Amino acid sequence: MYAFDIERPSTIAEAAAALGDEAQVMSGGQTLIPTLKARLASPSKLVSLSGVSEMQGISSAGGVLTIGGATCHADVAADGSYAALSELASHIGDAAVRNRGTIGGSVANNDPSACYPAAALGSGATIVTNAREIAADDFFVGMFETSLNEDEIVTAVKFPIPEKANYQKFVQPASRFALVGVFVSKSANGVRVAVTGASNEGVHRWTAAEEALATNFSADALDGLTVSADNLIDDLHGSPEYRAHLIKVMTGRAVTAAS
Amino acid sequence: MPKDGGIGAATTRREDVRFLTGEGQYSDDLKRHGQTSAVFVRSNVANGVIKSIDTSAAADMPGVLAIFTGEDFVEVGGNPAGWLINSRDGEPMKEPKRPVLAHGKVRHVGDAYAAVIAETVEQAKDAAEAIEADIDELPAVVNMADALSGTNYVHDEIGTNQCFDWGWIEDNRAATDAAIKSAQHVTTLDLVNNRLVPNAMEPRCSMAEYNKASGDYTLHTTSQNPHLTRLLISAFVLGIPENKLTVIAPDVGGGFGSKIYHYSEEALVLAAAKKLGRPVKWTSDRTEAFLTDAHGRDHVTKIELAMDAEGNFLAFRTETMANVGAYLSNFSTATPTFLHGTLMAGNYTVPNVYVNVKAVFTNTAPVDAYRGAGRPEATYSLERVIDKAAREIGMDPIELRRKNFIKPDQYPFASAAGLEYDSGNYDALMDKMEEVADVAGFAARRAASEAKGKLRGFGVNAYIEACGIAPSNLVGILGSRVGLYDAATVRVNATGNLSVMVGAHSHGQGHETVFPQVVADMLGVDAQSIDIVHGDTSKIPFGMGTYGSRSLAVCGSAVVRATEKIILKATKIAAHMLESEASDITFEDGEFSVAGTNRKVSFGEVALKAYIPHEYPIENLEPGLEETAFYDPANFTYPSGAYCCEVELDPETGKVSVERMTAVDDFGNVVNPMIVTGQVHGGLGQGIGQALLENAAYDEDGQLLSASYMDYTMPRADDLPFYTVDHSQGNACTHNPLGVKGCGEAGAIGSPPTVINAVIDAMQSGGKNVTHIDMPVTPHRVWSAMNNA
Repeated sequence: MYAFDIERPSTIAEAAAALGDEAQVMSGGQTLIPTLKARLASPSKLVSLSGVSEMQGISSAGGVLTIGGATCHADVAADGSYAALSELASHIGDAAVRNRGTIGGSVANNDPSACYPAAALGSGATIVTNAREIAADDFFVGMFETSLNEDEIVTAVKFPIPEKANYQKFVQPASRFALVGVFVSKSANGVRVAVTGASNEGVHRWTAAEEALATNFSADALDGLTVSADNLIDDLHGSPEYRAHLIKVMTGRAVTAAS
Repeated sequence: MPKDGGIGAATTRREDVRFLTGEGQYSDDLKRHGQTSAVFVRSNVANGVIKSIDTSAAADMPGVLAIFTGEDFVEVGGNPAGWLINSRDGEPMKEPKRPVLAHGKVRHVGDAYAAVIAETVEQAKDAAEAIEADIDELPAVVNMADALSGTNYVHDEIGTNQCFDWGWIEDNRAATDAAIKSAQHVTTLDLVNNRLVPNAMEPRCSMAEYNKASGDYTLHTTSQNPHLTRLLISAFVLGIPENKLTVIAPDVGGGFGSKIYHYSEEALVLAAAKKLGRPVKWTSDRTEAFLTDAHGRDHVTKIELAMDAEGNFLAFRTETMANVGAYLSNFSTATPTFLHGTLMAGNYTVPNVYVNVKAVFTNTAPVDAYRGAGRPEATYSLERVIDKAAREIGMDPIELRRKNFIKPDQYPFASAAGLEYDSGNYDALMDKMEEVADVAGFAARRAASEAKGKLRGFGVNAYIEACGIAPSNLVGILGSRVGLYDAATVRVNATGNLSVMVGAHSHGQGHETVFPQVVADMLGVDAQSIDIVHGDTSKIPFGMGTYGSRSLAVCGSAVVRATEKIILKATKIAAHMLESEASDITFEDGEFSVAGTNRKVSFGEVALKAYIPHEYPIENLEPGLEETAFYDPANFTYPSGAYCCEVELDPETGKVSVERMTAVDDFGNVVNPMIVTGQVHGGLGQGIGQALLENAAYDEDGQLLSASYMDYTMPRADDLPFYTVDHSQGNACTHNPLGVKGCGEAGAIGSPPTVINAVIDAMQSGGKNVTHIDMPVTPHRVWSAMNNA
């Protein structure tokens, strides 16, 4: 790794002030540190959010679960007030990753195979930053791309807790990221189906399934649907056609498990 | 009952105290005054001409002490192949030079063409990035069939990509062809034995020191056989006299074959240490390990099995392309030939066997022995085609194997592939396997799986392997350029405790526990009073190291021979002390006594007398009590086994899980059953890893797609079932003093075909006519196979 400075501010305001130039915000560092070790990035300064207490913790009010951006996966896994989300968090990475990696870091990175983006999009969550609030539908733009501005910090993610929800992850065997992961939720606002791991464009909604499930929330509702393999990821672990097939299988399993 | 701590006792591993408490001392743990760091500059293209290398900017960077390129090593020797193979036409194999640093051309991704020595590793990395190399990329040669048919050569000077075209046994070729031509039934199978990355937990590391005053070099390195490394460096590469070079392999965190070989990095740090007069250390990072540790397997094989109408095997014939990568690693030519073709008769009375192997150069990392080394490839080919044949003729796969097994009264048995098996009982192994695996209960377990929407398959396999490769006289005739004996020195100290210096090297095997068990058993002393010294060429006799499940069978036999010499001499000393004749002395439980009397002396008293030789027959007997033995085996040893497993397959996703795995092995006599069980567990983990998970995949440009743990799937605990392991059916080896056969590779040999046979069975049970699938059986591959069936 190249040499860099590191700052560990204690407030969001201090963190924002510390950014700029070639500084890089770090929220857990479970992707960033390996990138630095491989000399694939050379920030002049890291601004670690781990000391920002106002970004820590989980609270629930009015049917909305608010998770501080610097809250680690293990804390979300242990919380349990949104069971499908806690279950998802409990299967991210390994124990070490879950104790360091954060929800803010995960959604800001928007890895096309990460789990949290599927939960956020599949729940209709709101991403809170130090500048504004962004609906998940507007936040995830493409593979490793979000609508965050330069040096904008994800301070929290707000999840409306649905009536029913479930996440099914079919793991890529080596990395154990999602080869295909599907998050399904049902609430008064309708059904959401969010797919991760599969697309060259990153996390996305399967709207045809959402429509079919809105009137019949059971796996049978998917019977007549097919998933196009266009623009799905083709790699060592699966063809676009295989991923398309898995999207339907995992969606069906998520619906069944959520019912 | 085994003696307390002696042969047969499940003694806990004494080395684990330091390993489990973080007190192991590995090469990278060494810190020396004035130590410097080496970093290698490696090719990121698979094939290219080096037009120029500009090191001027790098040389001026902070902390940089020296920069080497291939130009600096033009005058020194290449790293040689340890085994000469002659082609069917009698022509010797092609042996292009393997230089310390690439010169003229780079030949695989990761091929080092320069090295930087700096005060710190970060400074060396910074400077390495500042080296400007102009490399003209050429099309890569990756696919073996293309390599053989094309004119794009990995080594232009040899004008071919074929290293050799080997036939075994060439004189059997015509008879085998005839038997296949006239057979009632011939089963054919084309298969790939997938390339693997060894992935030892400890990456390679080499630290060289040079003493300007004495001219002595010391190399600490991650090696499975320090004497061989010293010999190669001294006699072939750098020409450092052996007496001026000490090679030390301290604690080594796994090898699986990949640390048998001498690597260029070792030569580089030695040359750099001399040039700078300072210690030079290089530690591989994980990416370098993926790109440059010798890979394993990588065979493409066509096998044919001929039977008569009753299912009697008449002939096996194979054609194999074996990838050797861009350069010949030290045993890369022995692995696909004498460690593979000679096993192609398996456990069977088949009269005709013919094996053809073409070794192929490609623009990929060198390929060499990896846990099992040739024998897994032989077993996989055979045991897959036998299963396919059983399906084709509608016979139970266990019954077909039993029908063709060598029977216990046929030993010694001359196999059609040229080996003489000394002992075994394959039916007894199969009986035991059927019992402990509860094969009879499979139908009920399949029904339970099907009730939850899964398919369940049963797979079986019988294997034989050859360990402790020898004798030296024979392997020399067959092309080996080294001997294959081993050595031990037993030193009884004056106060009666012992140091045993062994040529074998322990990097996970447990030698520090097992060898003392043998000596303690023979001498009737406490095993805790015996320590093993290994891995340091300045302390141990010239040994050949550890690979091929040879340590106990070969080095353990040397330990026995040296201990016998100790007993012989100690008996003479005791006779003198007891004023008797040596022929009247009996030695039992650590005491020498005069037969028929109560006069006796202890082993400890004799040892003290040897070193304080007062009232000693100095005219007839030397003082001291220390003996060395070199042991060169009369034959291979032949472990064998019967394995079975059950897999569950999710037909919707293609995911396969191994639910039950049973390994019943004949290892001959067993010295430490706990360690043997552990060795089998480790081998099974690697075998299941090969079958389901691991794959070193290159793209057509020669880039390694699976060059990190994000894409190379290592087996993890939750990928593996609890194992049923049994080694109660041992038939002692007839030609070594311990009657032992070797257990280190068995699990990795026996499990891959077992798993794949079970996967095929599962798919067939789901109504899919799939007769073959290549490893690793990833969910995607299973789904594709079932969709296309």
